[in-house]
Amino acid sequence: MTDATIEGVPAAIPDFPMPRATGCPFDPPPAMHSLLENSPIAKVRLFDGSTPWLVTRYHDQRALLTDPRISADATHPNYPHPSAGQKETRKKVRTFLGMDDPEHARLRRMVTAPFAIKRVEALRPAIQKIAEDLIDDMLAGPTPVDLVQAFALPLPSTVMCELLGVPYADHAFFESNSRIPINRNSTPEQAMAALQRLLQYLEGLVGEKLANPGDDLLSALAGRVRAAELSAREAAIMGLFLLVAGHETTANMIALGTLALLQHPAQLAEIRNTIEPQAIAGAVDELLRYLTIVHGGRRRVALADIEIGGQTIRAGEGVVVANDIANRDPDAFPDPDRLDVGRNARHHVAFGFGVHQCLGQPLARLELQVVYGTLYRRIPALRLAVDLDQIPFKHDANIYGVYELPVTW
Amino acid sequence: MKVTVDQKKCVASGQCVLSAPGVFDQRDEDAIVVLLQPSPPDGLSEEIKQAAALCPALAITVED
Repeated sequence: MTDATIEGVPAAIPDFPMPRATGCPFDPPPAMHSLLENSPIAKVRLFDGSTPWLVTRYHDQRALLTDPRISADATHPNYPHPSAGQKETRKKVRTFLGMDDPEHARLRRMVTAPFAIKRVEALRPAIQKIAEDLIDDMLAGPTPVDLVQAFALPLPSTVMCELLGVPYADHAFFESNSRIPINRNSTPEQAMAALQRLLQYLEGLVGEKLANPGDDLLSALAGRVRAAELSAREAAIMGLFLLVAGHETTANMIALGTLALLQHPAQLAEIRNTIEPQAIAGAVDELLRYLTIVHGGRRRVALADIEIGGQTIRAGEGVVVANDIANRDPDAFPDPDRLDVGRNARHHVAFGFGVHQCLGQPLARLELQVVYGTLYRRIPALRLAVDLDQIPFKHDANIYGVYELPVTW
Repeated sequence: MKVTVDQKKCVASGQCVLSAPGVFDQRDEDAIVVLLQPSPPDGLSEEIKQAAALCPALAITVED
């Protein structure tokens, strides 16, 4: 046990990320549970040997992520990068995710308008149609079928393409390249090369929108370029950030959420048997909490000494805020390791907390409400086509999920 | 009860609009919070407290 201390001898610093237990693909690693109970603010060792603090408790996480003494600046020398690949890309290609205010707020506010609750809700009929059409195609095709390729990935990719003004015909290109920088095993060269290919593609699109603006977000960003508020490269970076963050995450929630529900048939039945929008919305938040696919932790640096949870985080030290384990904190969620789609889980931190909380969360919630509210009703006999232990999980990616989900009915 | 919002802090998460749609709205140009009712009726207190608790930017203040 990495957290055990022999009297007088300090415990070894455990490696992070930690492995999940065999046979428990939906639960955070046992070693994180142990830290939550025994050492809620503890040092961990990253891929490069650096030793930031890992914060596991729900209330400590909310306090730190809203603390003005905490920085998200990815160019800070002590910023705890998740992998060698992302260390390279996040330093060289800066998004507002890795910036502090006021820069962060200035850039983020350029792209918030389409994610207003009412504007997102207005997309419901269009997203419903996309879901129904994909299900029609699956029902007309052979079984077994990979739910990731047939449904989980095309739905959010199509939605993001519409929103941004990216041609869906290019989806195989941007989907495959998007996965390289967030894979922990990618080398800096591989991560940077994939990102350059994507940026070159987005710069081309921004150029087209400059010449021929449409009613989409890339055209709005091109308008900022025309007004000299952004360079064409900055516009491409923002467009790419939204494209990647908007399809890979939701796709994983669709496939992993479906797998979790297939393993919890009573919970699946509750979702299938309701048409109450509030019940579906509640189930979406519970699955977001239970699965917390952003399992690499939010990365920060302390700008001043911060006393928290009986520890002092010193100015200049890195901080990793692991939202997946906080969403299993019994102080915030009774019986936290039980999936219960009837519970109120809205206060979960699956989208993070603080000023960097996920920009696209209203859209993600809506897409998942449509998906969970439609898929199991349309295909009531949906089941796994292989055993659970045959499913390839994304243990090596910064965003958790499954690479494939063979299903039949 | 008295509600105030800080538009400079707001990050446009929309949690307040989902919690208490009659009290909070969002600007068209950037989805930043707009306060519709600075002195809402007590019957809405649960919804408003939830909005304040869920706000990731701590931009909502509620006084009884």
